[in-house]
Amino acid sequence: MALTFPFSAIVGQDDMKLAIVLTAIDPTIGGVMVFGDRGTGKSTAVRALAALLPKMRVVTACPYGCDPQDARCTDCLAAAGGKTRPSQLVGVPVVDLPLGATEDRVVGALDLERALSQGVKAFEPGLLARANRGYLYIDEVNLLEDHLVDLLIDVAASGENVVEREGLSVRHPARFVLIGSGNPEEGELRPQLIDRFGLSVEVKTPNTLQERVEVVKRRDAFEQDPQAFTVHWEKEDDAVRKRIVAGRKRLAKLQVPDSSRDFAAQLCIALGIDGLRGDLTLVRAARALAALQGDKTVGRTHLQRVAPSALRHRLRRNPLDDSGSSTRVERALAELAAP
Amino acid sequence: MHGDAATIAALFAVDPAGLGGVVLRGPACSARDDWLTLLRDLLPPKTPVRRVPLNTGDTALLGGLDLGATLQAGRPVALQGLLAQADGGVLLLAMAERMGANAAARFGSVLDTGHVSLQREGLDSRVRTRVGLVALDEGASDDEQVPAALAERLAFRWVLQNPGDDEEGPLWSADEVQAARQRLGQVQVPDESLQALCAAAMALGIDSARPCLFAARVARAAAALAGCETVEEEHVAVAARLVLAPRATRLPDPSAEQEIEPDQEQPPEQQDQQEQAPDQDSAQNSPEPPEQNQDTPDPETDLPGPQDLAELVLQATQAAIPAGLLARLKSGAAQRSQSPSSGSAGAQQKNALRGRPVGARKGEPRAGQRINVLETLRAAAPWQQLRKRALAPEKAPRIVVHKEDFHVTRFRQLGQTTTVFVVDASGSAALNRLAEAKGAVELLLADCYVRRDSVAVLAFRGSSAEMLLPPTRSLARAKRSLAGLPGGGGTPLASAIDAAAALAGQIRRKGETPVLVFLTDGKANIARDAKPGRGPAAADALAAAAQLRMDGVSALLVDTSPQPQPSAQALASTMGAHYLALPYAGAQVLNQTVRAMAGRT
Repeated sequence: MALTFPFSAIVGQDDMKLAIVLTAIDPTIGGVMVFGDRGTGKSTAVRALAALLPKMRVVTACPYGCDPQDARCTDCLAAAGGKTRPSQLVGVPVVDLPLGATEDRVVGALDLERALSQGVKAFEPGLLARANRGYLYIDEVNLLEDHLVDLLIDVAASGENVVEREGLSVRHPARFVLIGSGNPEEGELRPQLIDRFGLSVEVKTPNTLQERVEVVKRRDAFEQDPQAFTVHWEKEDDAVRKRIVAGRKRLAKLQVPDSSRDFAAQLCIALGIDGLRGDLTLVRAARALAALQGDKTVGRTHLQRVAPSALRHRLRRNPLDDSGSSTRVERALAELAAP
Repeated sequence: MHGDAATIAALFAVDPAGLGGVVLRGPACSARDDWLTLLRDLLPPKTPVRRVPLNTGDTALLGGLDLGATLQAGRPVALQGLLAQADGGVLLLAMAERMGANAAARFGSVLDTGHVSLQREGLDSRVRTRVGLVALDEGASDDEQVPAALAERLAFRWVLQNPGDDEEGPLWSADEVQAARQRLGQVQVPDESLQALCAAAMALGIDSARPCLFAARVARAAAALAGCETVEEEHVAVAARLVLAPRATRLPDPSAEQEIEPDQEQPPEQQDQQEQAPDQDSAQNSPEPPEQNQDTPDPETDLPGPQDLAELVLQATQAAIPAGLLARLKSGAAQRSQSPSSGSAGAQQKNALRGRPVGARKGEPRAGQRINVLETLRAAAPWQQLRKRALAPEKAPRIVVHKEDFHVTRFRQLGQTTTVFVVDASGSAALNRLAEAKGAVELLLADCYVRRDSVAVLAFRGSSAEMLLPPTRSLARAKRSLAGLPGGGGTPLASAIDAAAALAGQIRRKGETPVLVFLTDGKANIARDAKPGRGPAAADALAAAAQLRMDGVSALLVDTSPQPQPSAQALASTMGAHYLALPYAGAQVLNQTVRAMAGRT
């Protein structure tokens, strides 16, 4: 595997980095959508994730990467029967869903090789199986074929991939954090798919000369000598990793006071957001943020920090209001803050 | 060969993958052939140079299952795609201006990652693919552009010049390029060079970070080509001229260098740059400044510090901005010219119309249906042992495929609908109608992203019909066009129907479905020849309506008069339109009716 540009070496883009770290702390937040100008390091950040995240324990040879403590796939459940199976530490999968991928490779299909040569009907897991417990990354998400979008919408909601094709009948866990990146000019996204993303981030090109020079400098240094550059940034990546691990530990103990839940609900009502996913995501993201910062309780500041990310893409379009969605969230926040 | 063209060829040959490529705009002419020949000569021998036709399928481009070999071997055999085959070399993209957003995204991801990742047809692989692209752009008008997502990832843009101007540029030999390739890794780029390039990019309103990166790489390649260890001033100038100047979106403001307002409109640069191409050819051969980099060291500045260097680079770049673009930037037109109808969104639309494969279904291939080999094999695979047993061993082929195994690929055309509102703006009462039509248009557009539809508005009054809003999906644009819509005057119904029919034909040719919505009281009083008179006007209107019916365009006629009018009813039945008497048609009702119509067709 070729070296990827280190996560912590990305200049600026704090919102995007924060959103990604939050989903690493609490995967149930449910994905990040990164939208923005070209050439702002969207893909770079996601591809850097694999090297950043702490390793996880999986059942050896389980095609779905089951957690030995919490095996969910049929293979593991059948074999386990109370016994612990051998396990090993592996990197968290960050699976790239390339454009032009076909359905059989995404959901998994009949293993053609074994079928043709041995006449055996075997299931060959696809990308969704590989992404289980990890990340599924779709670059140019708005160019994704519609039939793949339909598949993803279903699986992302249920956390389970059900394959019924070619006489196969397989179901396996597919819990992953969906990360999509794209350029809004290339086309709009289906509202159902947008809804599956917990957080959304808008990225912009850094607009100070200093930052820009730094972007070019680091990129150039990386391309000249990836090895040395990665080593140079290892310490910073380690620090981020440690914060993620510490955040995960704290997360379970964190309580969300009712006042904060009220505030979240009020905000969602003020913005007229349909469904409860907005509320849920907002609270979860705020809790992850509190865990990351090592705070004792989830307060208003946490909610305010993550509210634009968690709610921006859920606003109903108002043809009579031209202001951007971020502005609307901020306006609602300001109104709530000053009763 | 023009000096800069030769320089681009040489620089590109030094680092094809790093620089992404060249957008070569101009017709297929000898100048283009000369340039390609030069490039081929400069590249090391045996470098793969492959041509990619337009609309190359995913299997051919990315790779897929090799059918012949698979059947022969009785196991899946992968076929390498064009991209992977060209690793280390150059791909020539023919007719790149017609490329769709999907294809552009595929090339883009290969340029970004340096790999083809293949998740198709049961194959799972990742193949190293370091290629440079030459996008051959034959676009003649500003509607035809290389997709922005692709152009963004190619360092150079070059508009082919008429041959005959015998400017002697620096001509490099293949050996020099070869030597530069060896040296490339050792060339250092000093910080002040980077700073100068980034400053120039900002001053010129270039938003993306990629051009800066490309400029740095071009400077490095230029230094390597010149045999230098570090990037010097002249290399920075070359990079700025070739990479940054064509992407400029505004002229640097001499008074406020630090003030960089966040300008939201990013991609007009290449549109403009290429838009002005045709006229540039003729008008602007000699002023193109190949000597600009030589005289950049201004005699006044003896010691170029970082600030001075930035200044110099900016000057050099500014001088290299093509004349047409310069004029636009000066008039501030660059910002406005970004029309939502051109650019990538439109391209994707077009692409979708050709139909996308959406899975496979059982059935025999006939009448143009395409067999889906993979699914057919999959269906046949489980039965192989059984079927072979039924045959004599020596007769048994490797794979026994029966008729019932056949699967065909399903394609789906996205049935896009374009709703054309034909609004009667005559007389003072029509002002209400206009407001309602505006409301309906906005409501339709507000949720058009769900259905990928577009909307157009024609208004008629006085003596003719006028296109207020060409087919669009952009709410912002619609609002702008509809904001100032005058009313009053006669009712040239016949002209309006003619204009609507013409527009419907246009929409059809694009492969979309037109739905016409007339908002009128049907009382025509201006004939086709623009003369007033109720009798001839009504006759003309009916004739036009009959013509519309022949065209088979689905239409809705909303009678907006206080009492349902027989004239409007007659008109509706003549044009085969649904008739709807809505004296107080609100935007909401109109919107619902139109949506029902669109669903019906």
